[in-house]
Amino acid sequence: MTAIWIAIIAISALSLIFGGLLGYASRRFKVEADPIVEQIDAILPQSQCGQCGYAGCRPYAEAVGNNGEAINKCAPGGEQTMLKLAGLLNVEPQPLDGDEQAKEPVRTVAWIDEANCIGCTKCIQACPVDAIVGATRAMHTVLSDVCTGCDLCVAPCPTDCIEMRPVATTTANWKWDLQSIPVRVIPVESHA
Amino acid sequence: MLNLLNIFRKDKIWDFDGGIHPPEMKTQSNGTPLRHLPLANRFIIPLKQHIGHEGELCVKPGDKVLRGQPLTFGNGRMLPVHAPTSGTVEAIGPHMTAHPSGLAEMSVMIVADGEDRWIERQKVSDYRQLPREEVISRIHQAGVAGLGGAGFPTATKLKGGLKTTRTLIINAAECEPYITADDRLMQDCAGEVLEGSRILAWVLQAERVLIGIEDNKPEAIAALKKALAGSNDLQLRVIPTKYPSGGAKQLTKILTGKEVPHGGRSSDIGVLMQNVGTAYAVKRAIIDGEPLTERVVTLTGEAVTQPGNVWGRLGTPVSHLLHHAGFQPQPQQMVIMGGPLMGFTLPALDVPVVKITNCLLAPSASEMGEPQKELSCIRCSACADACPANLLPQQLYWYSQGADHDKARAYHIDDCIECGACAWVCPSNIPLVQYYRQEKAELRAIDLEAKRTAEAKARFEARQARLEREKLAREARHAQAKRKVSASEQDEIAAALERVKAKKAAGPIEIQAGAEPDNAAVIAQREARKALARARQAEKQAETEPLSRQAGDPRKAAVEAAIARAKAKKAQAEQAGAQSDIAAESQRAPETAAPVDPRKAAVEAAIARAKAKKAQAATAARAEAQDDASAESHRVPATEATSPIDPRKAAVEAAIARAKAKKAQAAAAAKASDDAHTEASNDAATENHFVAASETITPVDARKAAIEAAIARAKAKKAEQQQNQAAETVEAGADARRKAAVAAAVARAKARKAQQQSIED
Repeated sequence: MTAIWIAIIAISALSLIFGGLLGYASRRFKVEADPIVEQIDAILPQSQCGQCGYAGCRPYAEAVGNNGEAINKCAPGGEQTMLKLAGLLNVEPQPLDGDEQAKEPVRTVAWIDEANCIGCTKCIQACPVDAIVGATRAMHTVLSDVCTGCDLCVAPCPTDCIEMRPVATTTANWKWDLQSIPVRVIPVESHA
Repeated sequence: MLNLLNIFRKDKIWDFDGGIHPPEMKTQSNGTPLRHLPLANRFIIPLKQHIGHEGELCVKPGDKVLRGQPLTFGNGRMLPVHAPTSGTVEAIGPHMTAHPSGLAEMSVMIVADGEDRWIERQKVSDYRQLPREEVISRIHQAGVAGLGGAGFPTATKLKGGLKTTRTLIINAAECEPYITADDRLMQDCAGEVLEGSRILAWVLQAERVLIGIEDNKPEAIAALKKALAGSNDLQLRVIPTKYPSGGAKQLTKILTGKEVPHGGRSSDIGVLMQNVGTAYAVKRAIIDGEPLTERVVTLTGEAVTQPGNVWGRLGTPVSHLLHHAGFQPQPQQMVIMGGPLMGFTLPALDVPVVKITNCLLAPSASEMGEPQKELSCIRCSACADACPANLLPQQLYWYSQGADHDKARAYHIDDCIECGACAWVCPSNIPLVQYYRQEKAELRAIDLEAKRTAEAKARFEARQARLEREKLAREARHAQAKRKVSASEQDEIAAALERVKAKKAAGPIEIQAGAEPDNAAVIAQREARKALARARQAEKQAETEPLSRQAGDPRKAAVEAAIARAKAKKAQAEQAGAQSDIAAESQRAPETAAPVDPRKAAVEAAIARAKAKKAQAATAARAEAQDDASAESHRVPATEATSPIDPRKAAVEAAIARAKAKKAQAAAAAKASDDAHTEASNDAATENHFVAASETITPVDARKAAIEAAIARAKAKKAEQQQNQAAETVEAGADARRKAAVAAAVARAKARKAQQQSIED
């Protein structure tokens, strides 16, 4: 009988010791995990365009993280963003609405037809990233380097002088389109 | 055994892993001395011929320029370009440039005058007298960029290596087949190359200077040895021929035994490398004061009858150089800029020679061989054996094809020097380097996007913070304003109410026949009401302005509009899906028409906003006109609620409504004149009514409204006259006094209306 008691006491003592040890370790070496909303927000393209139905990228990230909103609503992000979110949240990828074009959205920037700009500053107020410069009754223009192409300045313009233009391909952002330009390695060994 | 021997050698050399031994194909072009060709008539100078940004233009079309005159200026990575000869700036515009994409870049077009006059050259006999920063600045002003192929601004490179450089390596390896530009330059201008190397060594205060040259250039080695004449400040290191020993990292490994760490720079191990062509250009820039206007270009290939090396002015069209080398174009002729392994096919022959153009290769069809069909990867790992950067090309190929960007990065695709050794050994003829180039471009785009995203987020957050600050400031202001309003207006209201009460207490108004009707009481009442309404409004504004502003925040509105647009788009898509039923569609036609166009939606949103504003104004007016104008004001919002598509249309409709109201009024007045029991107070009420109506309707187009009102007035007058006549004939003088009173009231109303109109106008 005593043997059983000894065993029970020994096991209990051990479990207490190890429990205390683990408890201490869990507090001492606690890892501050990156909140999920932050991680989702980091994946979103930050264009603040509102096309998902939320007032910006952060609210959408909160909705996805906390309320289980669908992950396929980010239009500027396209399929890439959806797949990344699916990977992060460990959920099934959700197909995007729309055609092939919706999967890989073309980057556009706003362009102001300066001849028609009346200087009303409405677009400046609408721009979420302060990418439009101008003043009252002075012509406005878009800083195309910081424009996110969110489309929000188009609607408020009273003269409809803002349009979204795809970014022109330059030698800096050209992606070696091998179909249009033949780039070949000459097989030198053929006449060695 | 070789390694053992190496240990005891003073100038020992190392070896790098991988590498290939393609046929050298250099003898065609390195036998003849450097030639000068006749000048072209027209030069195209791209503003950007280096890694970095293009400089600021400092010439305009029509300007006369001299050889060596800067066309752009700038500092840092904005390297200037110079006029290659004297002439006139013909135009400045985009032109196809020496880039595999064949895209146009901003260029200066110069028509040569044939005189080829230099600008004034600042010659320096002893550069050691100058401060080192001055020498670097002169190198920058001369537009010297790395002439080996990369085109990195030399001055920027020197500045970066000023403190850390212990070993300067002059790269004379020139390992790529066909190219002999550096070989020939060393044979013909060995002294100047060494002089340039000495300038670089002095600027950098390098402990030792190594010249690495492959052993397949015996003439160049001999020329350099002769020029060195036994001096030992520069050490000539002859290295075995192997491609790509001319790569910066590979040559560093060969000559020093050190490897540049992954992700690091050669300055981390105290090494800086310059090409022999660059050394020559530096000598020219410092000693002779000549900016970089020409470089050695190898013209070779079987389609060229006189292969050799020529001095090519920067900006010379490629076709001009080829023409003078006896170019015999063949069907489907391709011309390659650079070597056969790292170069690219030119999209057209009018592209100019730029600072990085070291070779123009025009191969014949037989020289090229049949294009091989790309087969599947058999994972033979021949590419991994050949890779000089110790990468796993077959894995990179796998991830590049599958667009697995993270994996490609994990396998260090950034360390790929695109030498083409892997593609050259590939038994399946896979153009591996092209896949890597695409993948690298993709990764660059991803990095850029990440940077842009971070920036957008930072800007958005900064903006939110600013708006929050402004909102708080505004609220504080409004709180202050509210306090002021409540203090001053409250007294006024109380006084007005007092007055009204006093008047009312005086008893009901009785109009004496013949006397002028006294509507002072009514006026007072109205004044009081107005004051009350004003106060209320002011109070309300002060209270709710921040909120309403928030609600009317254009950004939020825009977001809402965007959401609406997105919904409209979705609805449209759905409708498009349901379009098969034509009848249903035709029934729904007005509905489908609406969301067709996002802009229309935007317009509608704007109209909705405008309507909301109007409705607000209307309610304010209603508050003012409270009891009597109710019918009118009800009517006006009703007409507005019929959703006019256009504000102007709305104005017209409002004007029409007003005119109708006026007509009804006139009719009522006429009736009243008929009516025996007309009372002055009634009249006053009508007048009130009138004013309220005209106040209710805030005409968008004042002029139109004025015209309408004038017409209405005219009509009313006519009606009145007719009425008067009728009254005269029927009653013949009966109730003359009452009529006079009515007429007077009408006249007063008119006068007041006119006044109102004038205020409005």
